[in-house]
Amino acid sequence: MKLTSDFFEIFAIPVAWQVDGSQLQSRYLKLQQEFHPDRFASHSDPEKRLAVQTASLINQAYDTLKSPLKRAQYLLELNKIDASQDSHITSDGAFLMEQIELREALSDVRDSADPFAALDTLRSVVEHSYAEQQDQFQAQYQASDFDHAFNTVAKMQFSAKLLDEIEQLEAELEDL
Amino acid sequence: MALLQISEPGQSPQPHQRRHAVGIDLGTTNSLVATVRSGMAEVLADEQGRDLLPSVVHYVEEGVSCVGYEAAEHNVADPLNTLASVKRLMGRGVADIKTFGSQLPYEFADDDGGMPKIKTAGGLVSPIQVSAEILRKLAGRAEIAFDSELDGAVITVPAYFDEAQRQATKDAATLAGIKVLRLLNEPTAAAIAYGLDESEQETKGQDRTIAIYDLGGGTFDISILRLSKGVFEVLATGGDSALGGDDFDHAIADWLRQQMGMDENLNAIEQRILLETAKSAKEELTDSSQVELEVLDWQGTLTRELMHSLIDGLIAKTIRACKKSLRDAGVAQSEIDDVILVGGSTRTPRVGEKVAELFGVEPLCSLDPDQVVAMGAALQAEVLVGNKSGDDMLLLDVIPLSLGIETMGGLIEKIIHRNTTIPVAKAQEFTTFKDGQTAMAIHILQGERELVSDCRSLARFELRGIPPMVAGAAKIRVSYQVDADGLLSVTARELTSNVESRIEVKPSYGLGEEEITSMLQDSFSHARDDMQARALREQQVEADRMIEDLLAAIYKDGDALLDSEERQCLKVAIEELRELRETTTEHRLLARQIESVAKASEEFAARRMDASIKTALAGQTLDEIEKG
Repeated sequence: MKLTSDFFEIFAIPVAWQVDGSQLQSRYLKLQQEFHPDRFASHSDPEKRLAVQTASLINQAYDTLKSPLKRAQYLLELNKIDASQDSHITSDGAFLMEQIELREALSDVRDSADPFAALDTLRSVVEHSYAEQQDQFQAQYQASDFDHAFNTVAKMQFSAKLLDEIEQLEAELEDL
Repeated sequence: MALLQISEPGQSPQPHQRRHAVGIDLGTTNSLVATVRSGMAEVLADEQGRDLLPSVVHYVEEGVSCVGYEAAEHNVADPLNTLASVKRLMGRGVADIKTFGSQLPYEFADDDGGMPKIKTAGGLVSPIQVSAEILRKLAGRAEIAFDSELDGAVITVPAYFDEAQRQATKDAATLAGIKVLRLLNEPTAAAIAYGLDESEQETKGQDRTIAIYDLGGGTFDISILRLSKGVFEVLATGGDSALGGDDFDHAIADWLRQQMGMDENLNAIEQRILLETAKSAKEELTDSSQVELEVLDWQGTLTRELMHSLIDGLIAKTIRACKKSLRDAGVAQSEIDDVILVGGSTRTPRVGEKVAELFGVEPLCSLDPDQVVAMGAALQAEVLVGNKSGDDMLLLDVIPLSLGIETMGGLIEKIIHRNTTIPVAKAQEFTTFKDGQTAMAIHILQGERELVSDCRSLARFELRGIPPMVAGAAKIRVSYQVDADGLLSVTARELTSNVESRIEVKPSYGLGEEEITSMLQDSFSHARDDMQARALREQQVEADRMIEDLLAAIYKDGDALLDSEERQCLKVAIEELRELRETTTEHRLLARQIESVAKASEEFAARRMDASIKTALAGQTLDEIEKG
């Protein structure tokens, strides 16, 4: 279904990097209260189908806006820049070296004396640089410096992926 | 032309009559049906006052002979024609059956690798047909209680059920002639039964995080829910589909066998005696600290401590699954506000102790753990059917397993990740590989692993009618839509020419639409008129709904969103539908007219949704909008 609203409009918030998480959540719940297919369970089939599509869109909008990475990608998309591909790579050599070191640190975790402590240390390093990247993105986005913002999103992808893998490894270690 | 009815704002054009809705717990061993009377959920018993219906169907040459207790009596004398535990087969393939086939005594027909058919005296039957018999029996129980037809049902499914299993359950309901208002996860139903949505309001809208621990005879489920402002959200689900209270009995029986100095090759009778002794010992140890046993010519004592040592390993497995789900949900143990015990096997006190230990909360167990699920489903059915205002409750669910498609080299590309809130839609673009290519095959799977061979095949789609172009020129957009029940539908469109591709759906382990239609016809073959009458009634209900929806929509949004010509067209279409609905006895004719009104109002519907989503949060109160 094509709707004319962008995701920010659906949540009645300004198009901006800064998003109030708890406001977003409460508005999301309000929207689903109204548009969820369960609200249309005793309506005609076309109304039910439309409700499914609308509720899907609201879910997608919420999912996009609540994640810093997806929100950044979406802001660029609104400015006609496709930053959603996994494949685009930053050309920042120092950053890439740092990533290689972090990955090595991650693969060494299993063999360390206290893997959970090692993971926590690694996580706080990555979280710290992820936060820095987000600040960077905000500044570049506000200055309409989309080229650099695009590059920053590439870096954010690295961090987000690494954080995911840290989570996964922690889960695996806990299961042992 | 007749004048259109115009009703007061905020009221539907035709005030609703009270509708008859039920909640159905379609279980592996037993099933139940419940409804709401004077605001309270209650299980509907049969004429002999029995709440449960054993999920057993007995077949003879003429077809189904009986369902439930009566059918279960044939278990010993006629095991091959007495079908039980078919829930385990729902949405499964022949290959799956082989892996746990030893547990089930049935003979399966060799077929093309799709859904298994069981050989019975009455011919081949699918698990979906068997489930339909159970559902039909329960619906019959309800119709006797209501002295009226059923308007709809909420049917519960385990949280871990994949798409094929959910679809199979819904197909069974279709075969039984039951309108499914919603497939509801069993643990979510349990939370509703305990009224946790109401206790949340009492604590002034503070979020609550709830763990539902469901240990049945043969399955274990753990779900983490969050309840926020009256909205249930499933944060994560997990469990083990091959672990249950029966394993406690087996562990105790195995200990017995060793004490008695018997080897592992027991005959069926010995096995049953040991299991029954184990089971009653387990139940006795609920209240006493030890139990004296006499089995065959053996005598001995089982203490509670010893039993604990036998079953603690099994309980520990469930606790590990709980921890994993907490992690998936991103919730700490200490953040759990309520724990609910579901399933007969939670009557073993050791289970409650271990669960309380993990979560640091005394679990809720005041309702019968066998009945909670059906009761919760009944409460939800009451809301969905429109008897109770919907302000109170909304269920947001997640998809329990990732959906993906097969790519080169037998790998899977995930399209929708597990624990994504549903409904959800995703789209992908493909191109052609060869010049002039007009068709394309897509294989959809569900699971978390990377290899196709490790995941569950859901369906194969063939896109046909792609306009011939040079390789790489066509742009095919495939859209996947998962609805609120977790069921998938797929559409495809070629973007450069805007040609809608035809899709042939071959569900890997389910029924095609044609098969369902022909089974429906078969089930009515003795009374063709019956089927015609039922089809007509269904279309009449749909026509009424559509007229009601459209009149309300025109009243509310017609001025703003339709020009006078469009408005006139719609009015004429509605009037024609209304007239046909009153006069025709031909259900196909009515269905066609409904379809054409749907088409005529499509654009209006989209505009309304667009407008209402824009205004939903912009200054208007929710109350005003809901009157739409």
